[in-house]
Amino acid sequence: MTAIAEKNVTWVKPPRLNLAEQIYLPSVAQGMITTLKHLVKTVTGLNATSTQQYPEQQPVLPPHYRGVHRLNRDEQGRVKCVSCYMCSTACPAHCIDIVAAPSPWPDREKYPETFVIDELRCIYCGMCEQACPVDAIELTTIFSLTGMSREDMMFDKEKLLSVFDQTVKLGTDPVRTRGGRLSVAAEPADAGLTGSSSAQS
Amino acid sequence: MLFDLIPFSLLVTVFTIAVIFVGVLTAVAYLTLLERKVSAWVQDRVGPNRTGFDFGQPWLKFLRGFFGLGQPLADGVKFLLKEDVVPGYVDRVFYYLAPMIAVGTALLALAVVSVGDTPVPPVLQTLSANSSSADSPRRVFPATKSELAAMNSTTNLSDVRAGYAQYNNLSTIKFAIAPNVDIGFLFVFAIGGLAVYGIVLGGWSSNNKYSLLGSLRSSAQVISYEIPMGLSVLGVLVMVGSLNLERVVDWQARHGWLIAYQPLAFVLFLTAIFAECNRLPFDLPECEQELVGGYHTEYSSMKFALFFLGEYTHMITTSFLTAALFMGGWHLPWLNDWLSPSMTGNFDLSYLFALLIKLAVFVAKMFVVIALFMLVRWTILRFKFDQLMALAWKGLMPLGLMSLLGVVISRQFMPPGMGQWGFQCAFGLVSLVIVGVVSLMLPTEAPKTVLSISRGRSHSATSAPELASRAS
Repeated sequence: MTAIAEKNVTWVKPPRLNLAEQIYLPSVAQGMITTLKHLVKTVTGLNATSTQQYPEQQPVLPPHYRGVHRLNRDEQGRVKCVSCYMCSTACPAHCIDIVAAPSPWPDREKYPETFVIDELRCIYCGMCEQACPVDAIELTTIFSLTGMSREDMMFDKEKLLSVFDQTVKLGTDPVRTRGGRLSVAAEPADAGLTGSSSAQS
Repeated sequence: MLFDLIPFSLLVTVFTIAVIFVGVLTAVAYLTLLERKVSAWVQDRVGPNRTGFDFGQPWLKFLRGFFGLGQPLADGVKFLLKEDVVPGYVDRVFYYLAPMIAVGTALLALAVVSVGDTPVPPVLQTLSANSSSADSPRRVFPATKSELAAMNSTTNLSDVRAGYAQYNNLSTIKFAIAPNVDIGFLFVFAIGGLAVYGIVLGGWSSNNKYSLLGSLRSSAQVISYEIPMGLSVLGVLVMVGSLNLERVVDWQARHGWLIAYQPLAFVLFLTAIFAECNRLPFDLPECEQELVGGYHTEYSSMKFALFFLGEYTHMITTSFLTAALFMGGWHLPWLNDWLSPSMTGNFDLSYLFALLIKLAVFVAKMFVVIALFMLVRWTILRFKFDQLMALAWKGLMPLGLMSLLGVVISRQFMPPGMGQWGFQCAFGLVSLVIVGVVSLMLPTEAPKTVLSISRGRSHSATSAPELASRAS
């Protein structure tokens, strides 16, 4: 047991109370007035509470809120994902399951044949969104997520795309992709990194 | 001779018990809602506002809301239907007994407290030679043989009988289960003191460290606040000359409220009943932040609800008591004559109206005290264990003695009315300052150094073989 040397210890005396404080009553009265002020102000509505009446009154969430995922579509309505597995590698909860297949389209090599996110397992950290080189996966502001079974909460590709359609139509989550075109991973090698490096930030 | 004069009717008593019991239970239920609402308002929140009377049925949607007025009902149903968990290692007998004691004593204490205008019976006396003023109730029973002889010669028993016959008249409404108990508030304190057994037994039998700590604190608390509480009401007893609560109210209706005479004693009493009801700043037995749930940690469903019920009933009882002892009971200043129509014993409308007004006034005063309870909860921080003891023994008890001294001096030497009032108020203020100055001059304990603690530990931990090897 190491004892602290006496010279290293500084004792601080508590401040002495004056008479009014020692009697307590003036201080108590002061405190009661503060309490009463809050009470009266809240009851009369002078002091607006920050309470939201939730089901009727929906919160306005900031666009960077991390809610349910969506898979973005490109201009032609195709899934933007190129099956690079960056998101499922980055995912700390291992909740993304991708099965890649040769792309039917000429502008990329692969596309996801299935893309399943276990929304129950997800911790909504947003690292998939950061990792994605083509801005294909994004987190939306949808926060109230319900399902009747665990299977319901496994969101497949169609479901994730429908989240995209829904949120874009509602305008709650505008697409945050920088460029219209597919990003770095789909660029031809000679195009270089300079043109599209701003997409990665 | 006297027993046939004691007013008692089983029917009326049972009816009164039923009405007061139901009233108090409803009040307790809605006090929990009020408590939550006040907490919310003080903290700039809204509070419960959704539970109405729709019971989740869509076709009853119009009954939804109502500021959360359905909340107590929902809570009650929840308490009744929840699983009643009895942990395996509790002491069964006391575990089951504790909530019963808690709620039983609380309800018993309520029995003598009047909630409205209860008439005072005629004074059974003739020993007027001993009384200094016409107001003080005189002794009923003779103390010496000469007094007995004087009483026998002068008492007109038929007069007394007539007075009691009028008092016994059932059309005289008495707002108390047991009206005119002559030991009045002494009974409330005695039974209220028993309520601590519920807490102590509950904590002890739960076989849980947190519960035990809570009940230990409660038993330490009870030796701290009971004495200042007794001292603070002794002043009332000296002024009024009776423990009978109806007489105390009656005295105040004629002479003015005792809160004006003895503001210091009022503050002392208020502090003591906060401790008695385990309310903040003295909720040591159940502080959630330190002891999980305190003494009721292991209690669930209806047993927990019984503790809760006992606690809030106690609050109501003590609030009625405060209103009766210090705030004039049903009395409203300047309206006394208007509110006291001549009691003919007949049931006329103005009499009934006056009774209802007085009932409302009494209940309103009770709610003022309850509101104080709830506001203080969010104003003053919890006292530490030793701080509560220090406050009670170094602060409240000297103050209570001083207050009593002031009352006694004024009662003996000052003219009744303004003289007594002024003296008692001035004496209270002076004694407050004196006690404050003295407690400022008390030496504060020097903090122990780190070194001495560690040394002490190493000594006690040293075993005998080690010592022997060190010596060799």
